[in-house]
Amino acid sequence: MDKLPKWADVALIPLINLLLALLVSGLVVLLIGEDPVEALQIMVRGAVGSTYGWGYTLFYATNFIFTGLAVAVAFHARLFNIGGEGQAQLGALGVALVVLWVPWPHWTLALPAAVLGGALFGAAWAAIPAYLQARRGSHIVITTIMFNFIASALLVYLLVGALKVPGSMAPETARFPETTFLPTARDIFAAMGISFGRTPLNISFVLGLAACWATWLLIWRTRLGYEIRAFGQSESAAVYAGISPFRIIMLAMLISGGLAGMMAINAVMGEQQRLLQDNVLGAGFVGIAVALMGRSHPLGVLLAAILFGALYQGGAELEFETSVPREMVVVIQALVILFTGALDGMVRRPLSRMFLRFGRRRPAPAAGGE
Amino acid sequence: MSDDATTPAIELVGISKSFGPVQANKDISMRVMPGTIHGIIGENGAGKSTLMSILYGFYKADAGQVMIRGKTAEIPDSQAAIAAGIGMVFQHFKLVENFTVLENIVLGAEEGAWLRPSLAKARKLLSRLSEDYELHVDPDARIEDLGVGMQQRVEILKALYRQADILILDEPTGVLTPAEADHLFRILEGLRREGKTIILITHKLREIMDITDTVSVMRRGEMTATVATASTDPSRLAEMMVGREVLLRVEKTPAVPRDVVLEIEGLRVVDEKKVERLRGIDLTLRAGEILGIAGVAGNGQSELLQVLGGMRAAEGRVTLNGRDLPLEGPRAGARFRRQAGIAHVPEDRHREGLILDFHAWENVAFGYHDDPAYARGLLMDNDALRRDMQAKIEKFDVRPADCWLSAKNFSGGNQQKIVIARELERNPDLLLVGQPTRGVDIGAIEFIHQQIVALRDAGKAVLLVSVELDEILSLSDRIAVMFDGRIMGERHPSETDERELGLLMAGITDTDADPTLDEIEANLDLTGQRTP
Repeated sequence: MDKLPKWADVALIPLINLLLALLVSGLVVLLIGEDPVEALQIMVRGAVGSTYGWGYTLFYATNFIFTGLAVAVAFHARLFNIGGEGQAQLGALGVALVVLWVPWPHWTLALPAAVLGGALFGAAWAAIPAYLQARRGSHIVITTIMFNFIASALLVYLLVGALKVPGSMAPETARFPETTFLPTARDIFAAMGISFGRTPLNISFVLGLAACWATWLLIWRTRLGYEIRAFGQSESAAVYAGISPFRIIMLAMLISGGLAGMMAINAVMGEQQRLLQDNVLGAGFVGIAVALMGRSHPLGVLLAAILFGALYQGGAELEFETSVPREMVVVIQALVILFTGALDGMVRRPLSRMFLRFGRRRPAPAAGGE
Repeated sequence: MSDDATTPAIELVGISKSFGPVQANKDISMRVMPGTIHGIIGENGAGKSTLMSILYGFYKADAGQVMIRGKTAEIPDSQAAIAAGIGMVFQHFKLVENFTVLENIVLGAEEGAWLRPSLAKARKLLSRLSEDYELHVDPDARIEDLGVGMQQRVEILKALYRQADILILDEPTGVLTPAEADHLFRILEGLRREGKTIILITHKLREIMDITDTVSVMRRGEMTATVATASTDPSRLAEMMVGREVLLRVEKTPAVPRDVVLEIEGLRVVDEKKVERLRGIDLTLRAGEILGIAGVAGNGQSELLQVLGGMRAAEGRVTLNGRDLPLEGPRAGARFRRQAGIAHVPEDRHREGLILDFHAWENVAFGYHDDPAYARGLLMDNDALRRDMQAKIEKFDVRPADCWLSAKNFSGGNQQKIVIARELERNPDLLLVGQPTRGVDIGAIEFIHQQIVALRDAGKAVLLVSVELDEILSLSDRIAVMFDGRIMGERHPSETDERELGLLMAGITDTDADPTLDEIEANLDLTGQRTP
């Protein structure tokens, strides 16, 4: 049976899912005695109603682009990398070490080195679960989840010990030198004579866009991408074609971990400008939802990341302006994840049937329902 | 009430069924008379299984009527089909592996909360059924310990236990040796004598000729003819199935074997469960000949292909054109086998030969994706892939001729053509072919066989593995029979017949003596998926 047309798969279904999620969220908001229409207005205005709102939306989106791409790449090899959170934390460690240990004269030099540091540390953290999966068959979902906890514990250990500023009470590293601060959107637009709100949005967003393009190139235009997709579709076929499962599992996870690690460029180097205990703030997990909603396609990941960025920012505004509690905002985000990820089939199946019934009657390629 | 003998056991009137834009059954009418064996024959995708699924309540027909014993019947689900006295034996058995025969038979037909009375009743009935119909099965054996032939009998017993008097069998001989198939046919004849009605779905012309009373031919969702078997012959049936004249035998000249291409010595394979799958294989294959490996599925042929294709590690010695092939380690992979000049049409095109969700043009490079001809710098040259696929589509007449179609949307025969095109166009020194025509329609079989013979005539070596004895006999220049991981013997196709090969396939080397069926079965029970 033929499936949906492509545009319905990539655009219509996510849209319907989103509308359903908003509808149920509206009911919940109504239930706690607030006006859902007003709440939605506040969220939309807060997220995209000003340069300030856009700045935060795209700042969050940058984080989600990296973690979303990380999940997407692994998913093309049918590996469910739940460890984006931990890999991003290790990436943060890598970025911090690179930035603090070398006295960088200018951010343009520090940035490539930090990208390398973040990616390498993230990849290294993904390498261990990948090896255990490829050689020992330990399930990657379990190991990557466990590695999130280990990463978090490792960071605490370092931040109360070796990396702590002597004499300081806070479990964090020293502030990064000013020469390594990344130019913010405000700086860049100011140079062009445009005023932009004071937000943490910085040049990493461009890096995120580049990462989307590079990922697209990797998955659909290179031999490695071909092998990753083939392996993801059928391991037995990959073995037949001379594709080594070990190599693909390792490479896909290294790239995945590297992408997750690069998130720290935005969060740590771009905003926090020091290594904090909790520097990822759940973006690793949001990345799973972003990849699911974006159908593991870089363009889809980009759009879904911006949507989730807007949800984060709009949610923050909603909390600020109304008595809708913070937890409620999390509930709304969770509903979006639930509808776009887990309940996808609920929309997909009736829609497929509708398309089959009313769709153009193309002559069938293969006859028979056997 | 009309006379029982003249009221059809089953009558279908104007049955139609579509899956989206695909019309699987078009206005089908058919009568099956009681106490007969009625064959339904047709190519893959002709709509046979859909029709039977409607009869068994899996699908609902869009239009048309089912009449059972002269009365209109509604069959919304399989429960209703069973209640109407219809039993079905599927191609893939639906048995609980770790239950006993008796437990499987009772499953779903238990009476009351306690199992014991049902089991006792079933045991009594079972012993009667085995007497009446030669359906001998140990009621207390576990399914996983039984061979496929026995498992099939359990399926038949299940249907009879539910008091079926109309029995539908879907491709029942696909997994059986010739001897087991003969036994099955004796059982079916016994059932017919007792007045049961049997519908036999198959694509094997010989079975239709041997056992059916009436045969219906299906083509592209339509029933093109229903004739008395005695009044027709295999070539007329084949013509009706395909819609044109078909060569049933492969036309080929005698082989001209030249230099040795492949030499296998003492090849051994122990699988993940520590079961020895190949127990010392010795074979020689020359350029310009086709060596056919016959055997019942599961006797090591798959493992042999996998080892030679670089998909599985082994011990022993294999040389190709005089050079040793590594059998273990990183250089034993499929990539290096292809570089050495081995092409491989795998047994299972869905699990191995194709990525079903890839476009046809993406599949054209599968296994050869590191070929420089497909590269443009660091990237893959997708235009080159598409050009290549389009050329192969035309040369091999793949239909529809659309290189953007996903592999899964081609019919079985056209999928196989894509694989064959990819592998044969590499002009390999050695071609490995597993089940080249499994699930492939008759028209495409002819074409695929011609391609394989053409490669041989071009002076290449071909190793053919097939469970279809007909295919082995008509295509091979030499036949080796495998049983339980060993080569039982080699024969020339002109000097042997199905009976002798069948005995070798059952592990009996003394082919002059006439062994009893029990001996054959005892032997067959040693093989298969069980650990010793």
